[in-house]
Amino acid sequence: MSLTLHIAVQHEDFDPSAEAARLTEGRPGVGALVQFTGFCRDEGGRLSALELEHYPGMAEAELQRIAEDAVGRFSLIGLSVIHRYGKIMPGERIVLVSATAPHRQAAFDGANYVMDFLKTAAPFWKKEHNADGSHGAWVAAKDEDDSARDKWVKP
Amino acid sequence: MSVKLVYFAWVREKIGKGEEDLDLPAEVTTVGELLAYLKTLGEEYDEALRFPEAIRVALNQEHADHSEKIAGVREIGIFPPMTGG
Repeated sequence: MSLTLHIAVQHEDFDPSAEAARLTEGRPGVGALVQFTGFCRDEGGRLSALELEHYPGMAEAELQRIAEDAVGRFSLIGLSVIHRYGKIMPGERIVLVSATAPHRQAAFDGANYVMDFLKTAAPFWKKEHNADGSHGAWVAAKDEDDSARDKWVKP
Repeated sequence: MSVKLVYFAWVREKIGKGEEDLDLPAEVTTVGELLAYLKTLGEEYDEALRFPEAIRVALNQEHADHSEKIAGVREIGIFPPMTGG
């Protein structure tokens, strides 16, 4: 059975149940589906929105590279990665990773691996819009995101 | 060598433009040398690239180390560490 691999970088919202259907309908070999959805937080009311900038072309290419690595490493049956850009309000979805495999561990690991590499290698940047109207800052990269990625490359 | 440079996030804001075409001097052969050269082009470049070790670079839309050669590359992306997801 052929692999299902879907990558999208878009401003529009997405439907997690539609992605679940894409990866599971007519796929009797699928025993596990894991989905991760990332949302825009308001940080306790401090933020009114996040502005997501991306590198058109490279963002899609890098997600494709990460996805292909994950499919090979965890023998996934299907993988879908959707990342939004533009202005996103608190409570809205930003990213969706859906992974299918015969068994749960590969599906969990596949989704986790994609998110860890996406955070550190996919060319997206977040700028904060402050609720009080003051000048928003660019979100700084976190060391723990590098640590999360590095757990996959330790011997 | 003529190359298209594209800037993102606070690198773009500090330099004040999203992209430009530049003719690079022959002695600029690596990513690291390119960043050092760009810093000489003006205050805004010097400010944007003040901590070059923190700057990420992509050659033809693939991540590259600062030691990599840039000969023949058509597009060079310059940006801060990524914060997607």
